[in-house]
Amino acid sequence: MANLFTGAEIVFKVLEDHGVEHIFGYPGGAVLPIYDELKNHTKIKHILVRHEQGAGHAAEGYARSSGKPGVLLVTSGPGATNAVTALTDAYMDSIPLVCITGQVPTHLIGTDAFQECDTTGITRPCTKHNWLVKDVNKLSSILNKAFEVATTGRPGPVLVDIPKDIQFKKGKYIKFKEVKKNENKSNITFNGIDNSIEQAIELIKKSSKPIFYTGGGVINSGPKATELLRELVSLTGFPITSTLQGLGAFPGDDNQFLGMLGMHGTYEANNAMHDCDLMINIGARFDDRITGKIDEFSPKSKKIHIDIDPSSINKNVSVDLAIVGDVKFVLKKLISSIKEKYPNFADSNKQGISSWWKQIELWRKKNSLGFSNSKEVIKPQYAVQRLYELTKAQDTFITTEVGQHQMWAAQHYKFNKPNRWMTSGGLGTMGYGLPAAIGVQVANPDKLVIDIAGEASVLMTMQEMSTAVQYKLPIKIFILNNEYMGMVRQWQELLHDKNYSESYTAALPDFVKLAEAYGCVGIRANKPDELDKKISEMLASNKPVIFDCVVDKTENCYPMIPSGKPHNQMLLGKQDEDDKISEEGKVLV
Amino acid sequence: MIKSAYSFATQKEKIKQHIIVVWVDNETGVLARVVGLFSGRGYNIDSLAVAEVDKKKNISRITIATSGTPQVLQQIKLQLGKLVPVHKVADFPSNKKTLMREMALLKIVASKTQLEKAKNLCKKYKYIILDKTEKSFVFEISALKKEIDDLIKKLQPLGLASASRTGVVAMTKGSEIYQQD
Ligand SMILES: Cc1ncc(C[n+]2csc(CCOP(=O)(O)OP(=O)(O)O)c2C)c(N)n1
Ligand SMILES: [Mg+2]
Repeated sequence: MANLFTGAEIVFKVLEDHGVEHIFGYPGGAVLPIYDELKNHTKIKHILVRHEQGAGHAAEGYARSSGKPGVLLVTSGPGATNAVTALTDAYMDSIPLVCITGQVPTHLIGTDAFQECDTTGITRPCTKHNWLVKDVNKLSSILNKAFEVATTGRPGPVLVDIPKDIQFKKGKYIKFKEVKKNENKSNITFNGIDNSIEQAIELIKKSSKPIFYTGGGVINSGPKATELLRELVSLTGFPITSTLQGLGAFPGDDNQFLGMLGMHGTYEANNAMHDCDLMINIGARFDDRITGKIDEFSPKSKKIHIDIDPSSINKNVSVDLAIVGDVKFVLKKLISSIKEKYPNFADSNKQGISSWWKQIELWRKKNSLGFSNSKEVIKPQYAVQRLYELTKAQDTFITTEVGQHQMWAAQHYKFNKPNRWMTSGGLGTMGYGLPAAIGVQVANPDKLVIDIAGEASVLMTMQEMSTAVQYKLPIKIFILNNEYMGMVRQWQELLHDKNYSESYTAALPDFVKLAEAYGCVGIRANKPDELDKKISEMLASNKPVIFDCVVDKTENCYPMIPSGKPHNQMLLGKQDEDDKISEEGKVLV
Repeated sequence: MIKSAYSFATQKEKIKQHIIVVWVDNETGVLARVVGLFSGRGYNIDSLAVAEVDKKKNISRITIATSGTPQVLQQIKLQLGKLVPVHKVADFPSNKKTLMREMALLKIVASKTQLEKAKNLCKKYKYIILDKTEKSFVFEISALKKEIDDLIKKLQPLGLASASRTGVVAMTKGSEIYQQD
């Protein structure tokens, strides 16, 4: 007869089997047996957050910066519903999370018991899969499956709902055995096309205006994929652009990199996407912030799409060649096949794409990220540039909130490594960056972690400063404080006749005093000439810091593809605004 | 309706009827997952039939009549394929290669002559009289959807009091069975 363990013990045994070192959580009635068991598992450190949404985003930051799944533990009812935003965020951005929720005892399910909610029902559309555990003997296999589902294929969140009686009950625990995956058999064909690599190479060979369009899938595939991407790009000599989520997969300061594309992407990236004759999408999903007006999207190009998720293919944009598989395997094959078939590809091909590069250089001359700086007020772009210059020598991790500051961070902070950039792209969750920074700092204790924040967003999860202080996590909250929900204000200026309806925040807290109240350091910068000194002061502190960077209140984020327009009709600055947006464009989001 | 955030829906592709068959683990919530996927992503369900087909392996077969553009139909299949309890997904085109049946129970409450008329109408199809009184008949009809639609229309003036219908079930013709590729 095998040893029997309580459900709570089984939870920890499985977490240990999967090498979990940190969990983010918040206790409550329906998870008390699990919390009681915590004391017997010193290898696992619990981080007590201040709101379950914070636990979820922290787990996301942890996962994105470490490559390991993030784990959160919350109670039934409100604990579970508070985690829903973070689960949805992770679902949209393909972040592996394992969320364990307590549930009311089995016999009370369905009776509207205290703190009961239909957790698996509520989270069904925002998880890859979820389970309500009804038999303690199945708990270990369900949890193992949960880790597998979260981390394989296109990663994402899963949830395991464990009723309180199951946590007490004794049952069998089956030790997890890792199944060795056959890496070569990664199923890299689609629709029965098995010479897709050869076809891709022929398209690459023939193209005279190619572009790589890469996304978060490269990062999710792991560091090897990033190396291979760099190799492929230098092997071909092609230009490369990246989505918001893909930043860092390719060095941001490399000459072949055209910057980010999409709604607030660079002029050269968007025009190159529009005019190219070959688009090679690697781990991106043709999302609407990228494509703009879909039927004028890159009209003249052949499109290759490499993705691990077959349902991403032809979802928004029909492609000419699909290769379904893990990016690192596909790139490896692609590179070795090119080398075999066309040794010296780059040199022999230089001629073919030289006029394309000339065109790109012309677009580059527009300097679309340019802005007119000021000696009086701090321009937000300038603040991000200074932050970059003063931190680029260190291995720095950046998270953001959502809004203009997020786009300025993406435009002006240059990333050279993967897993250094954590931002809520798919769901666009204000309040993401601060708790995410906590998770990043937990995973990377000695590294510099900065949340580039907006004053409105950061107030949504500000309570997590208390978490940062408790665990001595020296995160830096760098607020570009424009007193406005700047991105909302910008849209109102462009689309709603400057009716700034409810986008100004009156009665903002004094962020310096707020920092002091939390027991961390508050710093304020008002003028451009004091910025460097204040940033250095922030960097010198070994405590959490809230940095109130008082910036121009009316600055807009450019360039911008306005609603309903294709890539080659960007707004580059204020002077372009008036004539570019049609009535039809105004109804879009 | 504008679907995607800053693009307009243009280029209307042809909408086609299809039957999607899904083999799933017969576990709690699995139907909700499948149906939730359809409603969440804005796909149509014209009818639905579900029952366990393999007790030993605990497998249920879900037959969904749906309609959409070829692109949407492909999305439906691929999205269904990603659900954890789904074993395989088949797409049965509504054409000559597919056998399709719906079943209906129809209660007529009417005078004797009306009941006879109703019976004559049913004769065109495979029917059984399951229950019979002076004033009423209950017919069991098994036919194609369109045929049952027609019959119901014709029976209405003859005293159709209640109709209960299943969703369509489907099977391929010949000796082949559907294999997941
Ligand atoms: C939870 C949530 N609510 C509302 C929005 C809509 N929204 C997008 S950006 C934004 C304004 C953000 O303001 P702030 O954080 O100050 O950033 P700024 O644009 O000023 O840099 C709002 C309200 C959102 N993205 N998330
Ligand atoms: Mg703001």
